[in-house]
Amino acid sequence: MRYLPKSPAEREQMLAEIGVSSIDELFSVIPEEYRLTRDLDVPRQQAESEIIAYFNEEAAKNIIGYASFLGGGAYRHFRPIIIDSLVQRGEFLTSYTPYQAEITQGTLQAIFEFQTMIAELTGMDVANASMYDGSTGAAEAVLMAMRITGRSKAVVARTVHPEYREVLATYLRHRDMATSEVAYTKNGRVDLAALEESVTEETAAVLVQSPNFFGTIEDIPAIAEIAHKKGALLVVSIAEGVSLGIVRPPVEADIVSIEAQSFGVALSYGGPYVGVLATKEKYLRQIPGRLVGQTTDSNGNRGFVLTLSTREQHIRREKATSNICTNQALVALMATIFLTVYGKEGIRELAEHNLAKAAFAAETFKLQSGVKLLFEGAPRFHEFVIDTAEAPPLWSQRLLNEKIVGGIELKKWYPELGNATLWCTTEPIKRKDIEAAAKVLAAGLAEG
Amino acid sequence: MAYPTNYRYTREHEWISVEGKIGTIGITDYAQNSLGDIVYVDAPKVGDTVTAHATFGSVESVKAVSDLFSPVSGTVTETNESLKTEPDKINSAPHETWIIKVELSDPAQFDGLLDAAAYEAFIAEEQ
Amino acid sequence: MSTIETPAVNKAIGKVRPHQTQNERLVFEKSSPGKKAYKLAPLDVPEVDPEALLGDAVRKDPPGLPELSEIEIIRHFTRLSTWNYAIDLGMYPLGSCTMKYNPRVNEWVSRIRGLAEAHPYRPDSLAQGILNIIDLLQKCLIEITGMDTITLQPAAGAHGEFTGILLVRAWHESQGNARKKIIIPDSAHGTNPATAAICGYQVENLKSNAEGGIDLEALTAQVDEETAALMLTNPSTIGVFEEQIHKIADILHDKGALLYMDGANMNALVGKVRPGDFGVDVMHLNLHKTFSTPHGGGGPGSGPVACKKFLEPFLPTPVLVQDENGMKTWNYDRPQSVGRVRAFYGNTGMFIRALAYILANGPDGLRQTTEDAVLNANYIRKKLEDVYELPYKTPSMHEVVFSDKKQVAKGVKTGDIAKRLIDYGFHPYTVSFPLIVPGALMIEPTESESLEELDLFIDAMRSIAKEVEETPELVKSAPHSTRISRLDEVKAARKPVLRWKPE
Repeated sequence: MRYLPKSPAEREQMLAEIGVSSIDELFSVIPEEYRLTRDLDVPRQQAESEIIAYFNEEAAKNIIGYASFLGGGAYRHFRPIIIDSLVQRGEFLTSYTPYQAEITQGTLQAIFEFQTMIAELTGMDVANASMYDGSTGAAEAVLMAMRITGRSKAVVARTVHPEYREVLATYLRHRDMATSEVAYTKNGRVDLAALEESVTEETAAVLVQSPNFFGTIEDIPAIAEIAHKKGALLVVSIAEGVSLGIVRPPVEADIVSIEAQSFGVALSYGGPYVGVLATKEKYLRQIPGRLVGQTTDSNGNRGFVLTLSTREQHIRREKATSNICTNQALVALMATIFLTVYGKEGIRELAEHNLAKAAFAAETFKLQSGVKLLFEGAPRFHEFVIDTAEAPPLWSQRLLNEKIVGGIELKKWYPELGNATLWCTTEPIKRKDIEAAAKVLAAGLAEG
Repeated sequence: MAYPTNYRYTREHEWISVEGKIGTIGITDYAQNSLGDIVYVDAPKVGDTVTAHATFGSVESVKAVSDLFSPVSGTVTETNESLKTEPDKINSAPHETWIIKVELSDPAQFDGLLDAAAYEAFIAEEQ
Repeated sequence: MSTIETPAVNKAIGKVRPHQTQNERLVFEKSSPGKKAYKLAPLDVPEVDPEALLGDAVRKDPPGLPELSEIEIIRHFTRLSTWNYAIDLGMYPLGSCTMKYNPRVNEWVSRIRGLAEAHPYRPDSLAQGILNIIDLLQKCLIEITGMDTITLQPAAGAHGEFTGILLVRAWHESQGNARKKIIIPDSAHGTNPATAAICGYQVENLKSNAEGGIDLEALTAQVDEETAALMLTNPSTIGVFEEQIHKIADILHDKGALLYMDGANMNALVGKVRPGDFGVDVMHLNLHKTFSTPHGGGGPGSGPVACKKFLEPFLPTPVLVQDENGMKTWNYDRPQSVGRVRAFYGNTGMFIRALAYILANGPDGLRQTTEDAVLNANYIRKKLEDVYELPYKTPSMHEVVFSDKKQVAKGVKTGDIAKRLIDYGFHPYTVSFPLIVPGALMIEPTESESLEELDLFIDAMRSIAKEVEETPELVKSAPHSTRISRLDEVKAARKPVLRWKPE
């Protein structure tokens, strides 16, 4: 086996030095009745060339080279080449969690830079080293609000990503936390009047997403006022980090939970992505996950360490802020490199391109017969919802024939929206793709 | 370090001194010594109630958390704000650095606690 | 930065010399306005006025991100990388962490365009390749664990524990009583009690017996009708296989409680024995431990949960199924499901890597891997047991736990020995865990170490033991060869500085 660095003779020598006659003697503690005496029924050992051939073959069964209008919490942005060059350095790739600070300063400093960038982007004071993803991050943020306020209810906007809401429900089920959902209005934003009614003196957290699942930007200052009036904390979930290049950060929020996949992380069929929580300094002690802090060594040199670890499971055990241990360090590094490549100017320019594409696409689609643009009257980033006279499965097949993957059907999460679909236009989408898609959408009605 | 004889002590290593109805509570030299450099003190708010033998907060070193147990029942009247920025005062002067002050609901509880001699005997055993 | 004087390590051993690493400031400190490392393709749609489109929601102050050119970014992160220790540099004997070689073909295949660029919401009909991969990995892991079914959704080990205990709870609820407590041995990882607590259970500690294993009598006395499960790590955190494992399962099952296995130590079992065969009802795996996906400085991981058939209805939504035409598809119609534990389907990129590892090994390679991992741990044990105290004499599997009892007499603790190991070119072992061993040195070499590397490690450990006798101060002030010395953790915690700010 090519990964195993021992010759048969060396194995024999080691057994002899240990003082056993065979390797099986070392396993003799396992009761005989349970020992596996046959080969595992898994594929036979394969050559590297065969492994590559197998995955290439399976990959070819997935479509490639299509223009895709899919978004909904996973976004296709161009990934600068240097991201993969750098994260594949063995010193980053094959290092462990930086508990031994003296020999993991590389990871520690990179995380410190990541924390700084997230704080800058969100307008919060501090950020943690990462969470699993945006969905679990949002759930952990609500739990954090519960610890801070000592209250036990959450109010959640229906415009939050449906899968994030499902995850939240799973996380809250066994904690006696009641959640109520707040509807949206005709402009695709959370219904402020309904929100005002739902938030009470018992509400720990108000959870909204902005840009929300429909791509609409929520009125964060107004929502914050409603939450804070009753002493509840505002948790803002951001599924599209690139929006922060052009959209005002939710500075009125108490906790911001970001999915940072957009920052140079491959779509990879849903993961690994990277969540991150940012908050006000005063809530620092209640933030889950790892934190890197700056300090000095015995010679006065600047260095970085994992800090405030008494919040965590390995010390506080059942009283920990969360059971999280492994996080998404390497993915956070990808995001850090991405944000360094684009920088202060580039992130705005990138966001502007996304904004322009969506504005163009929405205006173009809206002109087609049988297509209606929903949720007008509130600002959007790079996603929008259309309603079509024709059922989506009909036109989506025609789109595929043109090598285009259309928007996401919303019916399964929002039955009231009928034929509505969610479209996303990130910067790799070309004008000709938008125009081709528009033509197909219109064609159905002309024929039918 | 000497254990003041006018204080009373718990088996969880808190001390209390009482003047009138107000009890002043901190942790002992033994406790700070076994915990090491204290980096954070989590104390209740003024107006919170504390219960004898129940936890009312915690003290943290870099790698350990220790629950604080109240010697008596009562209502918190004051918390030591200076510990927010200088938690190390507990290390340098444990018996002078209080954490909370409490209005006792049952002053008789004070007498049920260990006196200095009994506490010193208790920690001698623990070591 | 001051020059670092390196007190001599034993030259006869000296494996890795500290190499030249350059100083490097924070990326923000290297920034200057107007530098660029990007160029966007020309906008092919009309430009827009963000203020007009966004109104009050427009961002007025740009985020303080750094501005650098591409070469500076490459150098910055490359220099940082040289400050890290890594498996690629040498042995990484962290107990319980299974720091094995991360094959490069795994990285390559995970970046194949058709896989890396697959959007999670693409129609199932256009994702058959990736679903085939997921399906094959599921089948392999079910076979390896001896269980009946699996979910790959959990993002990491602790997330898998959470999912597993939710399954336990859902099953008990379906039986009419969720029950109240989870029993956890005192040798367990901190994630176990944290998990039980977030699933709404009380945690009851179980004291280990004199051999560091489960005390059957104590367990019998503790398990009752309110016990939901025992969370067991097997082999235990001291690297010992629970010989009485089936009795443990029987004790639990007699009272209607379930046996949960923390699969952190699965590297000791693959191809030799299967948890499903010895009475485990539900368990999680760590693909980033046993199945070679890279740790990446702390993640990402992946924590699949395998279980017996009776728990299948409760698995997180969605579940991969095959329709009558042989097409693979996600099934969302799962009325008894515990719900979702994360968005989408899991860390797919890690599934690809883990499957590549399994394919590279095959049944014979997987078994040999386990055997080598156990061989290496026992070899280290044999070669060090005369200089370091072995608190439990029970046979070791894939890791060995010593204590610093002999060295403490000289005022040197496990943490000091660990830091001194750095001077000898090794990453430290796991320090002060498990909690049942005071001053623990927990060593897991994994199968990836050659005899030569093992001998270097053993020589280093023996040399340090000698230094403890002769020059304990040298050990206590280690490391001496790193670019920075021991960091002031108290200062970091008392006045947290968690982000850079412009001066």
